[in-house]
Amino acid sequence: MPGPETTEPTPEPSVSSEQAPSPIVAALQREHPEWLTEVIEAYGEVTFVVPQELIVTVCSFLKGWPEGRFDFLADICGADRGVEEEPRFEVNYHLFSTTKHHRVRIKVLLTEEDMHVQSVTSVWRTANWHERETYDLFGVIFDGHPDLRRILLPEDWQGHALRKDFPLRGYEPYSLK
Amino acid sequence: MSTAANIPPQFEIVDRPLDTQMTISMGPQHPSTHGVLRLELVLDGEMVVKTTPDIGYLHTGMEKLFEYKKYQQGIVITDRMDYLNPLGNNLAYVMAAEKLLSMEIPERAQVIRVLMCELQRIASHLVWLGTHALDIGAMTVFFYCFREREKILNLIEAASGGRLTPSYFRIGGLMMDLPAGFENRCKQFLDDFLKAVGEFHTLLSGNRIFQKRTQGIGRISAEAAIDWGLSGPCLRGSGVDLDVRRANPYSGYENYDFEVPTEPDGDVWARYMVRMREMKESHKIATQALSRLKPGPVKADDPKVVLPDREAMKKHMDALIHHFLIIAEGFNVPAGEVYHPIEASKGELGVYMKSDGGPKPSRVHFRGPSFVNLSALPDLARGEMVADVVAIIGSLDIVLGEIDR
Repeated sequence: MPGPETTEPTPEPSVSSEQAPSPIVAALQREHPEWLTEVIEAYGEVTFVVPQELIVTVCSFLKGWPEGRFDFLADICGADRGVEEEPRFEVNYHLFSTTKHHRVRIKVLLTEEDMHVQSVTSVWRTANWHERETYDLFGVIFDGHPDLRRILLPEDWQGHALRKDFPLRGYEPYSLK
Repeated sequence: MSTAANIPPQFEIVDRPLDTQMTISMGPQHPSTHGVLRLELVLDGEMVVKTTPDIGYLHTGMEKLFEYKKYQQGIVITDRMDYLNPLGNNLAYVMAAEKLLSMEIPERAQVIRVLMCELQRIASHLVWLGTHALDIGAMTVFFYCFREREKILNLIEAASGGRLTPSYFRIGGLMMDLPAGFENRCKQFLDDFLKAVGEFHTLLSGNRIFQKRTQGIGRISAEAAIDWGLSGPCLRGSGVDLDVRRANPYSGYENYDFEVPTEPDGDVWARYMVRMREMKESHKIATQALSRLKPGPVKADDPKVVLPDREAMKKHMDALIHHFLIIAEGFNVPAGEVYHPIEASKGELGVYMKSDGGPKPSRVHFRGPSFVNLSALPDLARGEMVADVVAIIGSLDIVLGEIDR
């Protein structure tokens, strides 16, 4: 992703009517501007970038928030932004509201030195396997996860396969080990 | 585990869970695990105390592979994820890319996409029904289901050339238009299909054994289902009226008249009934789509992204150049990230696609509905009999190709 576009909670004065922040963004900026390090609105989707230590607070707030009611965690997925990028990793939480039918993406940025983020399994039980998958493929450690094991790759696998510096064909045939 | 008074002490059944529990491994070759799923079951007698699913036997690193393939090459990978619903996977993938490219898809292509996806949904449900009944012991249904599915696969083959891996949808539209005579063949299938659904009901729904094996088994409440992230028929089987086709319509689904079947009970039977009713709704949507087919283009007018027609390539230099460039170098997709959900046959299939502006995606992630639905299995199976685990897995309708990716 390129650099920040709309960093501050106050909406930019020069936006046209089409680019005005959506109601969700405006409401969250009004209630908790301190949570949002960045808000991205693109392709009809809303992304909130939040500090990594606040993820559980934000998620449990959004789950019960009367204006959002994001009670459904659709997906968690990690991404490697590139070996040189700083921060290098991100974890995306895709939230959905089963009553209001809108969606939002929460993004946490992680540096390679500090790959820890609080687990949201206490908020949604479905986070369990998503977080295990992200741990397996990217090496993100979810603190407080009840059972953080590899899920897709074997337990004795070396490395994290979806990192950009992991070769496509692996290092050596696994069967030869 | 009550002990009668007249049993000698050495034969007395002692209720000590740690001594009486047994751990067995079910799968990965067990036929009712629908692929290569392994379950570690902790049993107390015949009762399931704990279930630990072990997945990854089919892991082929598809999400890694996407990052090394051009956008248009990724379509064929998606076929191999949920191999019972490949057109749904194609659709989710190409629509995510189209969202990044901000493309407009012609009306005819959208209608054909809906038509094919609904046929595919019926085909997927037919495999589920046949295997689910087979797991529970009703063999006949399997043959009836596969007879009908064969007709759908023939239709898909006629349109795309592939039966199991069609790759029919392309970024910007379709691979090609429907062949001559397709509409009549499709109409013929749809005319006969409702009768076939009636046959399935006759074979299964009134069957007392099937009812006893499914009713009240594997219950999950609406709140728990949302908490576990269940989607599709599994969620609607718990009485939650949620369908991505309704909630976040795509490809023109908002213009179709259909119901979202729900059942309140949340057991295996409810999920069975939801899917049976859904087949009729899919039939309804497909019939409407068929009647809306109007002549027109099936590819967006974007020569930098959409491959030109063969005829145009023979006459126009620029078409030839565009063809060469798309094949050799691909096309650049604007930087950004999208999450595009669709209602696949098994639930919400979401594609997270992240582009850094080049011809290959930086990250593609598939939110497979089977993956999430299976994660709720330990909760569903707790306290049930070991034979019912088979029924519960069947009712979740999982495909391991999608879970392991």
